[in-house]
Amino acid sequence: MSEGGAILFAGGTLIDPANDRHGAYDVLVEEGLVAAVGAPGSIGADAQRIDATGCWVVPGLIDMHVHLREPGYEYKETVATGTQSAVAGGFTAVACMANTKPVNDSAAVTEYILDRARESALARVHPIGAVSVGLAGRELAEIGEMYEAGVVAVSDDGMPIADGALMRRALEYTQLFGIPVIVHEEDPQLAGDGVMHEGRVCLHLGLKGMPSAAEEAMVARDLALLAQTGGKLHLAHLSTAGSIRLLRDARERGLPVTAEVTPHHFILTDEAVREYDTNAKMKPPLREQSDAEALVSALREGLIDVIATDHAPHHRDEKEIEFDLAAFGIVGLETALPLTLRLVRDHGLDPVTLVRAMSVNPARILGLDAGSLAVGRVADITLVDPDYVWTVQLEELRSKSKNSPFGGWEMRGAARTTMVGGRIVWSRGEQG
Amino acid sequence: MTFNGNHLLGLEGMSRDEIEYLLDSADSFREISEREIKKVPTLRGKTVVGLFFESSTRTRTSFEIAAKRLSADFVSISGSTSSVSKGETLLDTARNVAAMRPDCLVMRHPRSGAPHFLARHVGCPVVNAGDGSHEHPTQALLDLLTIRGVRGRIAGLEVAIVGDVLHSRVTRSNVHALRTMGARVRLVGPPTLLPSALAEWGDIHHDLASGVRGVDVVMMLRLQRERQGANFLPTLDEYSRYFCLTREMLELAKPNAIVLHPGPINRGVEISSEVADGQASMILEQVANGVAVRMAILYLLAGRGRASVEQRQAV
Ligand SMILES: [Zn+2]
Repeated sequence: MSEGGAILFAGGTLIDPANDRHGAYDVLVEEGLVAAVGAPGSIGADAQRIDATGCWVVPGLIDMHVHLREPGYEYKETVATGTQSAVAGGFTAVACMANTKPVNDSAAVTEYILDRARESALARVHPIGAVSVGLAGRELAEIGEMYEAGVVAVSDDGMPIADGALMRRALEYTQLFGIPVIVHEEDPQLAGDGVMHEGRVCLHLGLKGMPSAAEEAMVARDLALLAQTGGKLHLAHLSTAGSIRLLRDARERGLPVTAEVTPHHFILTDEAVREYDTNAKMKPPLREQSDAEALVSALREGLIDVIATDHAPHHRDEKEIEFDLAAFGIVGLETALPLTLRLVRDHGLDPVTLVRAMSVNPARILGLDAGSLAVGRVADITLVDPDYVWTVQLEELRSKSKNSPFGGWEMRGAARTTMVGGRIVWSRGEQG
Repeated sequence: MTFNGNHLLGLEGMSRDEIEYLLDSADSFREISEREIKKVPTLRGKTVVGLFFESSTRTRTSFEIAAKRLSADFVSISGSTSSVSKGETLLDTARNVAAMRPDCLVMRHPRSGAPHFLARHVGCPVVNAGDGSHEHPTQALLDLLTIRGVRGRIAGLEVAIVGDVLHSRVTRSNVHALRTMGARVRLVGPPTLLPSALAEWGDIHHDLASGVRGVDVVMMLRLQRERQGANFLPTLDEYSRYFCLTREMLELAKPNAIVLHPGPINRGVEISSEVADGQASMILEQVANGVAVRMAILYLLAGRGRASVEQRQAV
């Protein structure tokens, strides 16, 4: 880890969509800020030189959907371990969901998380407050107080907002602060006690299913509300082709809606559950090939704004049990970048779109001073080596939890260097 | 041909030759149950442990009799006597039981996939005695043995499976096995219990009369009473009005058609007493065949498990 001094990223390809730059540029960092951007070799400075040949220099990746589990579930993850995992995956900032214990439904908890971040985080931590007190879906939490304390959005993520009237008030009330309401779309009755996508595989395995309609019905409801109330609606982890159709329609009507997708939903399908692998159990569930394809093409065309991981650490004991009883969710911070790079290599995703989805757009949606490498901006930078080949060894993940379905997968692409505020917080040697 | 699996977790993916081999083996064990001394020393010194996480007197008894007729020791741990209710996980249970070095584990569990989990964590063969809504392979094998015993073949027969297809592990195992053996399958039931996505398993009929018309075999499923409260059907009475196999309905099938039911039956709900006790009913034949099938499975799996104590001492 280096402190303070000037650093020059030399010989790399700069991808900085916020400033319309995509090409060979050197980037100089001084005193925590971007000090100069220029043609290769043009910046003469007394600086530590990082050879970026063959790599992409991009504004620091931002994961706007993670569960850091602190306070309350430190046995799964902490702010410290979660952000270690983040920077290893190339993320310079994360936004953490409110389903901690106690729930982040008050300024006191928000401040606690920010204190823990100041003490122990390697990446920037942006708390997301609860929409409702205790995530119970009844009364609005003190959103203003939390906003003053530093939350960048509100969400009851983990729980759907079953009460349409509460959702309406949340969309209205948050307009006081201009922050988005992030929604986990799941009709609780339709999803029932389902444990995977309701489709062929589920029928074969004799497991209870969650139909696509459980998500789509709620997306439709919230878009209808949004048309009436205004506000900012962000649809978390969309998983079905039907949700994409609804999103497309809403966009064409000019509604203020943004949306995200997770790497596991575009890489895997419900086939991953075949052997009752509890690391293929999450909400929303892994869907079908046609859904994954719809997500990829929506990403490619920019209809989906954001790639977020829904990093959801769980202890071994919560996963090494019967499929029905296992916890929902997987860790994702350290695999998101290489999984997305698969789309660049095999499915025609433009690297510029990748950078928008993993940095520029989350910064814009959450109102962060990030996502841009213009001179004078904060030097949160990720150096992406798109050709770095490595194998996922679950025990080597930095996250405290190892619940990933990608153990043993050969990956191509990784963050070689992660810089937060001009300080290198992660670098990967040639040997990994 | 032999059976090469290390476990019997399900019939999905099993080949025709393998199923044929299992049925032939079961046939050869049927004869033992007809003898005056119904016991052979084949598995002497072997221990079969039954893990019954869901009450099932019939299946457990059938496995126990099968094990004892092969001279194996049979120990059964049931839901109430096991430590499952005291917060021990299935993994703990698996490790503990494995430490007792059984030669074969037989597991019934309310959760689909639980035997697969067990099989990954113990070093001995696992027999799935029914997991959730997934599979119940020995039940399907005994159904096939019964059909073959009466009709002489399975290929080319038309089989209607009637009732709560969605939740039925008996159906899943039977569909895989019957289709592999060349039978034609019809699935019959209300749309709530028979999703259209199951069309890949057989012809879907929501009408009992059209479903059983001209079939060789009618396989009735037990209707769990809980389905009533969960809105899969309004009442058991209304269900029976449309899906109870009565004599009139059975007359629509082939004249020599047979009726199977995995038991225990709900008289007057899915099957009328007249049919259950009638000539076409193979219910008791199924029970007898159940013992033979389970003897064959235990013989094939426990017989090749780790060496028994005596054998090891003899070496
Ligand atoms: Zn969620």
